[in-house]
Amino acid sequence: MPPPAIDIRSASLHYGERVLFRDLDARFPAGSWSCLLGRSGSGKSSLLRMIAGLSLPDNHRLERITDDGLPLGPRLAWMAQQDLLVPWLRVRDNVMLAARWKRRVTAADRERAQSLLARVGLAQQSHAWPATLSGGQRQRVALARTLFLDASVVLMDEPFSAVDAITRLDLHELASELLAGRTVIMVTHDPQEALRLADHLLILKGEPARLHPLAPPSGVRPRALDCADLHRHQAALVTELTMPESTPIGANATRLAGGAPADEGNRHAR
Amino acid sequence: MHADAGISRRWRWPWRPFAALLVLLMLWQAVIILTGVPRYILPAPLAVGHALLDQRELLMHHAWVTAIEILAGFTGGVALGGLTALSLARFRPLRRTLLPLLLVSQAIPLFALAPILMLWLGYGMLPKILMAVLIVYFPVASTGYDGLRQTPQGWLDLADTFGLNRRRRLLKVQLPAALPSFASGVRMAATAAPIGAVIGEWVGSSRGLGFLMLNANARLQVDVMFAALIVLVAFALLLYFGVDALLRRAMPWHRDRIGAAE
Repeated sequence: MPPPAIDIRSASLHYGERVLFRDLDARFPAGSWSCLLGRSGSGKSSLLRMIAGLSLPDNHRLERITDDGLPLGPRLAWMAQQDLLVPWLRVRDNVMLAARWKRRVTAADRERAQSLLARVGLAQQSHAWPATLSGGQRQRVALARTLFLDASVVLMDEPFSAVDAITRLDLHELASELLAGRTVIMVTHDPQEALRLADHLLILKGEPARLHPLAPPSGVRPRALDCADLHRHQAALVTELTMPESTPIGANATRLAGGAPADEGNRHAR
Repeated sequence: MHADAGISRRWRWPWRPFAALLVLLMLWQAVIILTGVPRYILPAPLAVGHALLDQRELLMHHAWVTAIEILAGFTGGVALGGLTALSLARFRPLRRTLLPLLLVSQAIPLFALAPILMLWLGYGMLPKILMAVLIVYFPVASTGYDGLRQTPQGWLDLADTFGLNRRRRLLKVQLPAALPSFASGVRMAATAAPIGAVIGEWVGSSRGLGFLMLNANARLQVDVMFAALIVLVAFALLLYFGVDALLRRAMPWHRDRIGAAE
């Protein structure tokens, strides 16, 4: 079944009296990788949870529509910032967690789990306990568990933020290859990560927040770090993220250039 | 790397606690020699050792009664407590009606119930077993329920996206996640069960180590009292370490993590 495009309509989230966002509309195109960026507290993770249909403590509303009109739930996979491996099951059982939790495990499940472990480079660790793996290996197992579902929609909430920078770059390559052809929505606060992986960039900012689309760099995923276009975009993206929506560009520029810190330095010198 | 590395570490004889015990025994003997405490107040360690040997038939006669009471009370209390925790986690209406009662029931001093149990159930083993069940029940039920309630949200999210129903979520996610916390309740239960049995025996009985201790006390046979106490302590230790070993076996992943932290 081809992956669906997902439309969200009139998404609203209230945190007590505070309105994080109201009446947001967005489209996440079929079979492509959308990155949702924003600073912490912007409500980007909450928005992703809303799309996934997961529980939230706060007052929220969202209409989600797929372009083929079929329900989203059964073909959705979820990947979080923590690897969420369960410590009481061995690595291979963690990969086929959905099967283990929902029904009786079959020989075909075991075979599939094993071949997915091979694809993420952990065939040897199949019988290890998760506690013996490194952070990067654990996140690879989480990726294999996500692939086990063979879902056409994958929602990821900062999936690579808990691992070190080098491991993260490896995981980008792996995820980009293995998740190709699916509708991916990834929340991240790392501009470089977004620029490497995104087909579509959306920035959530302002109060109440709005979604600002931004053109991704040219080239195919995962874009190389030395890609000149990526660096140009990174500067633009960081500016976009740090600049509050309501502040005029001029005022913001002065603040960034920072007359005040220089004065302070002088005072210390004296 | 082999997955079970760390589990197969060689078991070493824990000589340090035994050395400490030996030092304590020597101190005990020294106190008696230096202060000249009469033997009907504090018998010498050697006298207690003699009592253990000389009175072994008497001790055995009473000890197995207490052992059965402890084991039955422990097993019953753990089973009932575990079932309560599961039912509380599964059925919301039950939680609303039963949980407050359960918490309030903890204000009742259990020791004060012993005479009533004796009145209702007589002088046999049953009131002692029930006493042990009662004393074991609450820690198991409360730690079990706490564990079931505090499943990390991330695992519940996964279960939700997998489309698990409430029953499967409880059995497949919440229950294994609660095992470590449930296990600490069971360990507590292992130390509490002997207390329950002995309290029951003190209140009214004709057999058991508790009875033997009261009886020996009345006759100023303090060495027999101490011997009975030592047998009781041995039971308690045996139960605790036996239960601990079983729990470690049941949770190999947990043991591994502890092994990794060492």
